[in-house]
Amino acid sequence: MAYEDERPLSPHLQVYRLPLTAVVSIIHRLTGLVIVLGAVLLIVVLFSVAAGPQSYATAQAALDSWIGRLLLIGLTLALYFHLCNGVRHLFWDIGYGFELETVDRTALATAVGALVLTSATWLLALL
Amino acid sequence: MSMRTPLARVKGLGAAKEGVGHWWHQRLTALALVPLTVWFCLAIARLPGSDHATLVAWIAAPFNAVLLVALIIAGLYHGYLGVQVVLEDYVHPHWARTTLIVVSGFGAFLLALGAIFVVLQLAFEN
Repeated sequence: MAYEDERPLSPHLQVYRLPLTAVVSIIHRLTGLVIVLGAVLLIVVLFSVAAGPQSYATAQAALDSWIGRLLLIGLTLALYFHLCNGVRHLFWDIGYGFELETVDRTALATAVGALVLTSATWLLALL
Repeated sequence: MSMRTPLARVKGLGAAKEGVGHWWHQRLTALALVPLTVWFCLAIARLPGSDHATLVAWIAAPFNAVLLVALIIAGLYHGYLGVQVVLEDYVHPHWARTTLIVVSGFGAFLLALGAIFVVLQLAFEN
């Protein structure tokens, strides 16, 4: 049966395309949790440094493997994304950037900024 | 007409009796973490190598040690505040929610103490 009137429907979650702002908001929370796990990892590495060259060598070997590298690059990306979007939140908190157009533009800027900062950091590290 | 007493209005602390404390601490730590995180990432990326001696010397430099301790405190506190909000949103049984919040708080606190201890130890011994 077709809908004959033009009444608005509430979004059906299985077919509803989330707006960009909602996707960015969800990623902000996810990256926050990822960074907590990454912080635990980095503190474990710090403990290994304090425990001496031998235990640090084990940690270093793990981080230098391809999976360790991938984890570190992913962590950097999550960190910079959360940082850029966090700055976006701070601007909202002082009352700026609420227009729909601005909100979409800053969401995109967050993603681009995270990619640029991650690339710059790893270029600096590997070159 | 407001149903709140004048005293409750001037105090502005709400039902949880802490007002906007949680929100405010999250913003303050966020603000502090912007420069601290950028400094940390770039400093680590610019280290000439990743061998043990280089890392120990870097951590032990007073400027780095102080900023590292600041990063550890602000970072783990900010992380704990965020995890608390996530738990409040998604864990519904009251006992599980409270238990997880308390455990994550103790965990973050112990992790921060351990990390700060290690940074100071490396700083004073090298």
